[in-house]
Amino acid sequence: MSLLLEILSWIFIVSGSFFCVTAGLGLLRLPDFFSRTHAGGVMDSLGVGLLFVAMALQAPGYLVIIKLVFIYIFVLLTGPAAIHALTRAAVHSGEIPLLPNEPDHSEDTSSKP
Amino acid sequence: MFSIAMIAVLITMVMALARALMGPSVYDRILAVNTFGTAAILFIAVLGFLMGRPEFLDIALVYALINFIGTIAVLKFFKYGNLGYSDEDSEGENA
Repeated sequence: MSLLLEILSWIFIVSGSFFCVTAGLGLLRLPDFFSRTHAGGVMDSLGVGLLFVAMALQAPGYLVIIKLVFIYIFVLLTGPAAIHALTRAAVHSGEIPLLPNEPDHSEDTSSKP
Repeated sequence: MFSIAMIAVLITMVMALARALMGPSVYDRILAVNTFGTAAILFIAVLGFLMGRPEFLDIALVYALINFIGTIAVLKFFKYGNLGYSDEDSEGENA
């Protein structure tokens, strides 16, 4: 039973760490603001979720698990709300999405690699 | 075990900070700071488990609240230039 918990915790920790690093890498490397919001969403849902499942498997008591569930529910509610407000403000202020058939916009909206 | 998660969260924080420093538009910077705040929640929680004191989760919960309110407040300040702006002055305008 303890060995099973250890193996499951390792699986969740490695996958959660992978998604965290993926979110950071996407935040750096994606070409456009609207695609970078996708990287922020990956961090909010999968990075936090998988790492919190691993922590709940290692938790010493039920109170810790309840706190983890509360934090995860709060992050799940507020993360998409914040990113949606941010994207809407960006659209209002005239940020242009990078479209595949308009190569003219790729110079001024793409970041430095 | 949790040191791997700690290293991954630290790498993510460095990447988000780099995007916040060199972001072309102000929205890129706000998004990077929001992601940095989420990484800080993970950092505090993982640190509690790493030190054997999961009571740090209370601080992580408070940080989650502050992160959301901070993002919305910065957006409102950037749009109106004033945090005390009431929504009654512009009925048809969406924030």
